[in-house]
Amino acid sequence: MSGQPPPPPPQQQQQQQQLSPPPPAALAPVSGVVLPAPPAVSAGSSPAGSPGGGAGGEGLGAAAAALLLHPPPPPPPATAAPPPPPPPPPPPASAAAPASGPPAPPGLAAGPGPAGGAPTPALVAGSSAAAPFPHGDSALNEQEKELQRRLKRLYPAVDEQETPLPRSWSPKDKFSYIGLSQNNLRVHYKGHGKTPKDAASVRATHPIPAACGIYYFEVKIVSKGRDGYMGIGLSAQGWDKHSYGYHGDDGHSFCSSGTGQPYGPTFTTGDVIGCCVNLINNTCFYTKNGHSLGIAFTDLPPNLYPTVGLQTPGEVVDANFGQHPFVFDIEDYMREWRTKIQAQIDRFPIGDREGEWQTMIQKMVSSYLVHHGYCATAEAFARSTDQTVLEELASIKNRQRIQKLVLAGRMGEAIETTQQLYPSLLERNPNLLFTLKVRQFIEMVNGTDSEVRCLGGRSPKSQDSYPVSPRPFSSPSMSPSHGMNIHNLASGKGSTAHFSGFESCSNGVISNKAHQSYCHSNKHQSSNLNVPELNSINMSRSQQVNNFTSNDVDMETDHYSNGVGETSSNGFLNGSSKHDHEMEDCDTEMEVDSSQLRRQLCGGSQAAIERMIHFGRELQAMSEQLRRDCGKNTANKKMLKDAFSLLAYSDPWNSPVGNQLDPIQREPVCSALNSAILETHNLPKQPPLALAMGQATQCLGLMARSGIGSCAFATVEDYLH
Amino acid sequence: MACLLETPIRMSVLSEVTASSRHYVDRLFDPDPQKVLQGVIDMKNAVIGNNKQKANLIVLGAVPRLLYLLQQETSSTELKTECAVVLGSLAMGTENNVKSLLDCHIIPALLQGLLSPDLKFIEACLRCLRTIFTSPVTPEELLYTDATVIPHLMALLSRSRYTQEYICQIFSHCCKGPDHQTILFNHGAVQNIAHLLTSLSYKVRMQALKCFSVLAFENPQVSMTLVNVLVDGELLPQIFVKMLQRDKPIEMQLTSAKCLTYMCRAGAIRTDDNCIVLKTLPCLVRMCSKERLLEERVEGAETLAYLIEPDVELQRIASITDHLIAMLADYFKYPSSVSAITDIKRLDHDLKHAHELRQAAFKLYASLGANDEDIRKKIIETENMMDRIVTGLSESSVKVRLAAVRCLHSLSRSVQQLRTSFQDHAVWKPLMKVLQNAPDEILVVASSMLCNLLLEFSPSKEPILESGAVELLCGLTQSENPALRVNGIWALMNMAFQAEQKIKADILRSLSTEQLFRLLSDSDLNVLMKTLGLLRNLLSTRPHIDKIMSTHGKQIMQAVTLILEGEHNIEVKEQGHSHVKLQLAAMFCISNLIWNEEEGSQERQDKLRDMGIVDILHKLSQSPDSNLCDKAKMALQQYLA
Repeated sequence: MSGQPPPPPPQQQQQQQQLSPPPPAALAPVSGVVLPAPPAVSAGSSPAGSPGGGAGGEGLGAAAAALLLHPPPPPPPATAAPPPPPPPPPPPASAAAPASGPPAPPGLAAGPGPAGGAPTPALVAGSSAAAPFPHGDSALNEQEKELQRRLKRLYPAVDEQETPLPRSWSPKDKFSYIGLSQNNLRVHYKGHGKTPKDAASVRATHPIPAACGIYYFEVKIVSKGRDGYMGIGLSAQGWDKHSYGYHGDDGHSFCSSGTGQPYGPTFTTGDVIGCCVNLINNTCFYTKNGHSLGIAFTDLPPNLYPTVGLQTPGEVVDANFGQHPFVFDIEDYMREWRTKIQAQIDRFPIGDREGEWQTMIQKMVSSYLVHHGYCATAEAFARSTDQTVLEELASIKNRQRIQKLVLAGRMGEAIETTQQLYPSLLERNPNLLFTLKVRQFIEMVNGTDSEVRCLGGRSPKSQDSYPVSPRPFSSPSMSPSHGMNIHNLASGKGSTAHFSGFESCSNGVISNKAHQSYCHSNKHQSSNLNVPELNSINMSRSQQVNNFTSNDVDMETDHYSNGVGETSSNGFLNGSSKHDHEMEDCDTEMEVDSSQLRRQLCGGSQAAIERMIHFGRELQAMSEQLRRDCGKNTANKKMLKDAFSLLAYSDPWNSPVGNQLDPIQREPVCSALNSAILETHNLPKQPPLALAMGQATQCLGLMARSGIGSCAFATVEDYLH
Repeated sequence: MACLLETPIRMSVLSEVTASSRHYVDRLFDPDPQKVLQGVIDMKNAVIGNNKQKANLIVLGAVPRLLYLLQQETSSTELKTECAVVLGSLAMGTENNVKSLLDCHIIPALLQGLLSPDLKFIEACLRCLRTIFTSPVTPEELLYTDATVIPHLMALLSRSRYTQEYICQIFSHCCKGPDHQTILFNHGAVQNIAHLLTSLSYKVRMQALKCFSVLAFENPQVSMTLVNVLVDGELLPQIFVKMLQRDKPIEMQLTSAKCLTYMCRAGAIRTDDNCIVLKTLPCLVRMCSKERLLEERVEGAETLAYLIEPDVELQRIASITDHLIAMLADYFKYPSSVSAITDIKRLDHDLKHAHELRQAAFKLYASLGANDEDIRKKIIETENMMDRIVTGLSESSVKVRLAAVRCLHSLSRSVQQLRTSFQDHAVWKPLMKVLQNAPDEILVVASSMLCNLLLEFSPSKEPILESGAVELLCGLTQSENPALRVNGIWALMNMAFQAEQKIKADILRSLSTEQLFRLLSDSDLNVLMKTLGLLRNLLSTRPHIDKIMSTHGKQIMQAVTLILEGEHNIEVKEQGHSHVKLQLAAMFCISNLIWNEEEGSQERQDKLRDMGIVDILHKLSQSPDSNLCDKAKMALQQYLA
């Protein structure tokens, strides 16, 4: 509910609202809360403050304090130039949405605002550039580095590309009575501070990402100024009623209203006040000089910004978003919650029948081994766990042979072998064949392809530095793009939650009696993975989670693996090759020669270069044919263009497109081919193990985007060691 | 019909059980050692988790036979081990089982077994000893009767993780008081156990930690040693701090917080050390939270009360940490109304802990409010707090009553509260009731609180007087317990301050001059001081002086002069300073008596001159104490004028 922002109103309307009334007048009475004064520009001319300020008729004390934490209105989106562009589609996470932008006073609206929370790493650089105080560059860099290190350690689950962390106060999202200095970390009050209406606030550059799990920042009171009416806390985006503060003068907490509750001690010059947001149970507590003061707020909304409010002259505070060690031991608190979440995961009830869980795990392991062609291991595993292997041994070996050829860069042989063993496979997959051929072309340039190797005088070994050791298959597998895949395709799908590929085997070798029940338990598991767990963690969000479940968890594997197949790289070659006698020659040749001699085009042989150029022409022709037959394909076009670009450089390996020659680029090709072969046998393109992992990782991403903080302490990697 | 049928069935079942138990015992006497071994093993399997069976076997005399087999040199190690296991199993039963085992002198037999070279047998003996020593019916002294036992146990600590776990557990249960601490300390407990804190076994770590908490409690010697012990390059306090990290099991957090608390109270760690201020204190506050088990909350609050008791800064920090004062209010909500209806088991649990919770909360409130007026105010403003304390004063449990009085006493140090809340809640009423008939420990605190309630500005003074406080306090001055005598006379002193003649007369009458003079020669200096204070208060304003002097003039003047001459107790060197105070107090009495403007002063001056007061005053005017010297000079001037 709260995770998804309402779709923004048509841009036109928003613009009108923003412009029609004199800006300050539009500000005042929103949600019945007395608002801080308009910025200086309009202060003189505006009667705005009067309805609000007069309404209470209260003294300066408590009433004044109530005001401090109302966030400044966000500036209009950067795109809001006269011809309004179409509203952007609502992204899954609300952070980026300008939402129903409140009218902003002109003083703040001037200048390009940040594009509503879009990932703008420039902001960080910009803020340091704006520092009015001279700092040694190296000292500054050192501070930046320390900040980076600390943030990475505290919030490892946060993807800063998607949701940047607050690092400083925003020079754009502030009242004009607020002055910033010291890399936008120091805030001082520069208004006259005569009445409560003169209260002003500033918020951080970005809202707190849910994937923090636990978020913490500290503010040091440099000077309490005239009356010490400082407020420290959080504010939601825009002019809604969500703002939360703890006030120095009376120690009260203020929750979106003008009247405070007694909360904690007062604070003044020299004190360090910390604010911790628990995004798992949506509560907040403060600390004073390292001592926890207890829960201040519950049921917090998502996407809150660190915020401070000041009200009287001379008030100065410094923020610490991680630039320095914190006074309070926040990591200890985080440890407690990590343990809690992990205990919840560990205690999660699995399977209702004895042994079913174990059988399923064994199947997953077994299918993983088979998938990647570790046939000896797979056989041994199947024997010891009393299982049947879903694929004929010979078939596994065949696949393994082809994979080794691809990974060795011997594409010509790989294509030939594939055509021999699986005659119609590439015919039915012209795009795959094209991909293979393009790779062959690249390998020719590299001098590793068999067709040029026999022509070249040089041993290809020296040019081939493919790492033989297997790499963890989780490495680059989760690109943002395929998160979108899941999201998009999920909506169209029904609720069939099974991993395809276990149903039957076309080559007829295998008849597996157990696999039906396996699919069942699988289904059970897939829906278990996140839903009830999260519900129990956070009741208020349960509805949201359910929404995601019905859409996203019940995905069809085929689509999913499309996304994964292209981006994930699988570790293939391990010791199993020792058992494969047919491939022995191949193995020896694949030994890594680490001495990187200067590489030459096609291994340095003229004949090979000619062959390569000829092959390139064939490839061009094939591309054209393919376009005629199957229509335009931008991916293919780009692939070919990139490959041909290699020839434009005298030293392709060190060229801007040289990464294509990296042996690691063989992995996606290899994986795609392997998946295609498996598919013809009605085996899954992706091993269920990788799928389950991918799904778990996706779930965590979804949780982060849905504001469910427990994702911070449930990283898949934690369970892989 | 049904009833008739049932009885014989039950009887037959019973006799069957006894018969089968009999059979188990009989087999222990088989001449074939192999069959004996099998018999013991079968017995082991039969008694596990079966208290009835255990009781039967004990009644049928299995224990002496098992002990015989265990000690018999001809028994195989296997048989001995199995015997120890069965005995351990029997000890796991009821307290009566343990008593029976103790009656058969099981402890010396098992301790003897520890001399065996066989580790398995040693472990079985230790396990059984552990079970016996952790039972509340076992006197811990039994561990110390044979002086060779402790060193041998220390040596066994290196044998296995099981010997480590059991021995540490025995130590932590049997270490009661400074004597035991010293014995264990002198046998190298600190060095032998310290490295177990990094053991791979959680149980070993935990038991070692418990050992340190009992060793350090109120023991400066142990505590001072502990702060400097290094384990794997880390100081012990640092290891304790790691053990109270929030991801550690609660039991471990709580116990390491205890260790640090005890070391701090014993003076080995400063109260402003970060490991106390930023680690131990917050950890103990967390232990008081609703999320913790009732037992943990009790222990947490008691330990925290102990930690912050002497230090106002710690009291201030605790008072703002995690809303502790409000958190403690929850301690009074057991058994909750919900548990009464829904869950009998929970109700039982709640009831069992309700007293403990309340007394722990009172203790912690007492510590929190010991020094700081703002904290006292916060406590009293907590929902229904005064009502709760007042109720606590009349609870049946002595522990709760005592804690409630302590709490009230701590809060009564506030002038403002005495004038307001204490009056509103007529605290004096239940307090007077407590004073009527209570054990000394309660009387001491309650009477000391009464002193505060009798202060001149206290509105409770009147009603307390009317309810017969004079008699009660005079009674206290005759107590054997010096603390009670002090409080009694102190309260009387407060009562006499600026009081009307009637009250003063009441006091004098009720106390009797004999008792007054007995108190003026009391062995306790404090009693003496307060008695002089009482005299001074009695001897203020002319009519009162006249009245009293007319009846007791001579004795009073003698007594005061005696004190001024005051060599009688100066032999107590440390009291030198107090002696000056005492002389000062007597001086006030003299001044009152001889003040020129008062009528009849001339006569009293003469009498005192006869007693040699002028010489004494001259001597005192040379006193190094300027205060005393001034007073003496002023008194002399009265004579010169």
